[in-house]
Amino acid sequence: MEFLVQGITQITWQQILMWIIGGILIYLAIAKELEPALLLPMGFGAILVNIPMSGVLNQILPGIGEVHGIIDWLFEVGIESSEMMPLLLFIGIGAMIDFGPLLSNPRLLLFGAAAQFGIFATITVASLLKFPIHDAAAIGIIGAADGPTSILVSQVLKSNYIGPIAVAAYSYMALVPIIQPFAIKICTTEKDRKIKMKYNPKSVSRMTRLLFPIVVTIIAGLVAPASIALVGFLMFGNLIRECGVLRSLSETAQKDLVNLITLLLGITISASMKADVFISLNTLLIMGLGLLAFIFDTMAGALFAKFLNLFLKEKINPMVGAAGISAFPMSSRVIQKMGLEADSQNHLLMHAVGANVSGQIASVIAGGVIIGLVPGLM
Amino acid sequence: MNINVINSLKLMGMGMSAIFLVIIVIYLSVNIMLRLTSEKK
Repeated sequence: MEFLVQGITQITWQQILMWIIGGILIYLAIAKELEPALLLPMGFGAILVNIPMSGVLNQILPGIGEVHGIIDWLFEVGIESSEMMPLLLFIGIGAMIDFGPLLSNPRLLLFGAAAQFGIFATITVASLLKFPIHDAAAIGIIGAADGPTSILVSQVLKSNYIGPIAVAAYSYMALVPIIQPFAIKICTTEKDRKIKMKYNPKSVSRMTRLLFPIVVTIIAGLVAPASIALVGFLMFGNLIRECGVLRSLSETAQKDLVNLITLLLGITISASMKADVFISLNTLLIMGLGLLAFIFDTMAGALFAKFLNLFLKEKINPMVGAAGISAFPMSSRVIQKMGLEADSQNHLLMHAVGANVSGQIASVIAGGVIIGLVPGLM
Repeated sequence: MNINVINSLKLMGMGMSAIFLVIIVIYLSVNIMLRLTSEKK
């Protein structure tokens, strides 16, 4: 009857710690409603993969040989071999995004680019902490504020830290309403935050909306070919939304596809949350660096807007620059709220939404650029 | 200086330049599209 106690006798303190971490993720998802669609499956998966001789992982059974476990299999097929899951998620994200506010005020595109600085600043800090360049780049991409991009880049670069990176990316995305106000207040004054911006959107024709995803795909593909999978799938989703003849597919992509892939992605990522890999000092460092990346991004966007204000007659509220991160629509809501706190008549929502969707485009371009450049530096 | 740090600074320079280049080309293309497809009143 020894087999009945085998599971209990083989348990390690690291595995028990992972159950607690899984429990915390489930608590945050349910009680605090922080990214529940992802943190809940990740939390439950963390428990599943940290049970001794867990059947959800590949096992060598005496007399039988290797037996495949479902979570290891999902990881191999859905993430490791082709990055299928994060890429399919981009179709749904593209279908959800209305680029109208950006197209009606295209100069907001620049803020999306500026806010990606946090990625590279964090890569430098991670390198100073002696992470190899491919791991540093995978950690820095947490600053893309985009979970699927973080997972995809860290997987393509064969980083050892895909689990902590995914946890950091999704946790901090959920904490944007706390992180961004803190970072914005560091680099802006009360006077900056009170700057009002006129909203005079250009009219956007249906043809522009249709051409936009195609043109962006071609430009990004020609200049940064490594970004084409990310940008292409995002823009494909948006074309489904804008074409007007695939309403049913667009709705499916926005709801069912996103829900299904998110659910599978969460539980699949837990394959990288095995105690022997996850429990290390580096995991704590990665959580710290991820937070730094979000702060750097926000400050870079705000400071870039302040820099542009040196040359502009009609000033830009620096908080709009800070919305150039990919966390959509949380970041725009934060900026609208902060604008109203500074002045009850200061409505910044539409400007912030434009910068925010620009951040979505720029973050996938950043992901592709990093995938393209890092192998040459290794 | 650590070779990794030098590489990360190189990456920062090349990466930010590439992102701004793509975004500026998209910005110019959007302006052209808006001009070409605007409905005349």
